[in-house]
Amino acid sequence: MSKQPNKKGTTMAEKQEMAVREKKELAAKEEKTVPGRYFVPYADIYETDDALSVVLEMPGVEKKDLDVALENDVLRVDGRIDFSKYKDLEPVYAEYNVGHYERSFALSGTIDQEKIGANLEDGVLTLTLPKAKHAQPRKIAIG
Amino acid sequence: MAVFSDPFNALSNFQQALDAFRASSWLDAGPSGGGAYPPMNVFRKGDDFIIIAELPGVKKSDIEVLVKGRTLRLSGTKTVAFPEKAAVHRRERLAGRFDRAVTMPVEINPDGVKAEYRDGILALFLPRAESEKPKSIKVG
Repeated sequence: MSKQPNKKGTTMAEKQEMAVREKKELAAKEEKTVPGRYFVPYADIYETDDALSVVLEMPGVEKKDLDVALENDVLRVDGRIDFSKYKDLEPVYAEYNVGHYERSFALSGTIDQEKIGANLEDGVLTLTLPKAKHAQPRKIAIG
Repeated sequence: MAVFSDPFNALSNFQQALDAFRASSWLDAGPSGGGAYPPMNVFRKGDDFIIIAELPGVKKSDIEVLVKGRTLRLSGTKTVAFPEKAAVHRRERLAGRFDRAVTMPVEINPDGVKAEYRDGILALFLPRAESEKPKSIKVG
């Protein structure tokens, strides 16, 4: 997708009418052992000079039900829905389904794993992955 | 309907129940207007109804809910912003305005409607109007 930052430095399309999209179901490499469907959260990914940011939409996920792991350059995000909230509710009409969220990204480049920042707000998870400082040049003494 | 008979299967049972009600024409009867966003699920809880919609990334202050009679209007704006010097690699999140009106097929008490917004989920609590509730008739 092309980036066309406007004067404010953002690329929002505020005047546009929002469209409805069907949630995409997760096609995982490994099957789940627990029943239930997972969905793929919509993501925005952008890079600045010092960090890579991954923004994921996971409505209904609370902080405590969120798992973020970075292993072998693969970033994996797992957000779980607390279904007990739907207890005693009897559906009469449905336009979307609900389920847990999962998505993985293979990261290129070096990320400073110790400094990954995560912020969850209004059902949107923002992960900030700072780029590792390049190894300081080492002076080699010639013997 | 017992959706939660077995806690281990609760999630898949619930998902199946929602799928089954995708075909429901329950809300179609009224003259609903405006856009189709956000998608809504309607639940019954005892006498009352609960409408739930997912609005990830929408701020609470950017949501407006209006009630008139049996009709609910839900409107607002969703903004997606990037820092000035960012190179955008992937852009899937949608932004824009939304305005949707739905008409409930039952009488509700507009004064008793409550809205709650948390973690990107909007829940509207719609108490059934007193006039709709069943009354026991004394046989004279």
